[in-house]
Amino acid sequence: MALNVDEIRSDFPILKRDVRGVPLVYLDSGATSQKPSVVLDAERAFYETSNAAVHRGAHALAEEATDAYESAREVIAGFVGASSDEIVFTKNATEAINLVAYAFSNATDKHRQGIEVDPRFVLRPGDNIVVTEMEHHANLIPWQEVCAKTGATLKWFGITADGRLDMESNPIDQNTKIVSVVHQSNILGTINPIEDIMRMAHSAGALGFVDMCQSVPHMPVDVHATGADFAAWSGHKMLGPTGIGLLWGKSELLNAMPPFLSGGSMIEMVNMDHSTYAPAPQRFEAGVPMVAQAVALATAVGYLEQIGMDNVAEHEHELTEYLLNRLQELPGVHIIGPPNAIDRGSAVSFVVDGMHPHDVGHIMDSRGVAVRVGHHCAWPTCRRFDVPATTRITPYLYNSRADMDAAVEAIVAAQEFFGVLPESEKVGL
Amino acid sequence: MSDDLYQEIILDHYKNPRGVHSLDHALAESHQVNPTCGDEVTVWVGEGDNGSLDVAYVGQGCSISQASASVMSELVAGKDAATVSKLEDAFMELMQSKGNLQPDEDVLEDAIAFAGVSKYPARIKCALISWMALKDARIKAGLTDHASDIDEEN
Repeated sequence: MALNVDEIRSDFPILKRDVRGVPLVYLDSGATSQKPSVVLDAERAFYETSNAAVHRGAHALAEEATDAYESAREVIAGFVGASSDEIVFTKNATEAINLVAYAFSNATDKHRQGIEVDPRFVLRPGDNIVVTEMEHHANLIPWQEVCAKTGATLKWFGITADGRLDMESNPIDQNTKIVSVVHQSNILGTINPIEDIMRMAHSAGALGFVDMCQSVPHMPVDVHATGADFAAWSGHKMLGPTGIGLLWGKSELLNAMPPFLSGGSMIEMVNMDHSTYAPAPQRFEAGVPMVAQAVALATAVGYLEQIGMDNVAEHEHELTEYLLNRLQELPGVHIIGPPNAIDRGSAVSFVVDGMHPHDVGHIMDSRGVAVRVGHHCAWPTCRRFDVPATTRITPYLYNSRADMDAAVEAIVAAQEFFGVLPESEKVGL
Repeated sequence: MSDDLYQEIILDHYKNPRGVHSLDHALAESHQVNPTCGDEVTVWVGEGDNGSLDVAYVGQGCSISQASASVMSELVAGKDAATVSKLEDAFMELMQSKGNLQPDEDVLEDAIAFAGVSKYPARIKCALISWMALKDARIKAGLTDHASDIDEEN
């Protein structure tokens, strides 16, 4: 079913505004999505009617707030085929990844002190952790840190020239303890064969983690069907507010992990010299959590479900195909990532001959077209393609073909302005 | 379109950069990166004739960062540490002006073309990166002016 983009756009107040004196064309949803009114209203309504600290207090508001928070967990879990005891609320996806990375370094620390921990989280020199060359820094640096603390080695899948994972470079072996892979690359748009990779991880006796920041907002995802043990994604990229991220983990594994942040709410019993911890997910939610944001995110999930994630994915696929074709017609413009829309999401990176991506983005902005420029927190991926940075267009459910046309026209205008358009290609804009 | 940012002088320096080389007799160098976008510049500072500074650079990045480095190297060539220190301050002041400062062309020459950059917070660092490298290299080289550099040294 084709989306009614006009109707959807009318739900997003920010899309009505002008920037630089012209109407906004927002094409940076890979960085953060815009929010529909229902999400903003839900957050406000929570504060106006039910605000209280959750999981403590016996008054009516505390009960309502706790109920709203836990109901939100159930809705968000259901969205990805999980049960609510498998969903941990974090401040963002980066924290969710760190939570699991720290489980490894904390368990390793405790093991070295002779404290009994689950051996699946203990790392020794000679062990390795496997990522890919197309990871966002959020799924790279935490593992570099774990390796530095434990003596484990970081290994990675390389990337082919057309932006796919190089399966020939598969470094998974019997010493691999965890494989952490991005589902859809935020810079290349590539959708990786995570089911296969998770199978490889499990065959080697390793655990599997998937960074789903760019997949859950854009396509139907059943976390169990991926074969992963853990996944992380963020609320703000899927029409929800900032300040809330999600960790999904198999219940048995979450309960085998040492805590990450400690303090109130995450305990079972506390004495002056030692404490015991609550079962997951509470074990990983120290302090008063982001209740209003959880409520608003559950509303965003309801909004997406009403439209249908199949429809969102189909709409984005059509836009991506159209955009890739139009960009490849432009002389001097080169796609960084898969050139076709097969197994590919809507993040489209490109470079322009003779222009730095910042200058391309700046001139696009002067025409109201908001895109991301830079290394997209994937600096090693840029190095792989020998570019200092890229310009990236990431459409979402509220974008239309007209937005793709506006982006393409803005790129040509940038080329004209910088005088890098071949003479024969000059057109009056 | 973006005329306030991309002055003709900037595009000219971007396409025909001046001062791009390393310096054999450099007393110090400074390598600066802008981690948000990957702009890079290395500035070398040495002693020239009659107490003047020799300055050279290499870099890669957007038109603003590269043009700014080119303009800087031309502007400070042959000037002494005290004058260069004052130019650094004047350029910094211009970049912090949010578009509300009329720059003195007699002092900043071609660098006045960057006045419009100060209205775009995301691009100010691009224009400043080479100037920050210059100041860092100059202070490392001991080519300082005690009146104006005293704050940085402490």
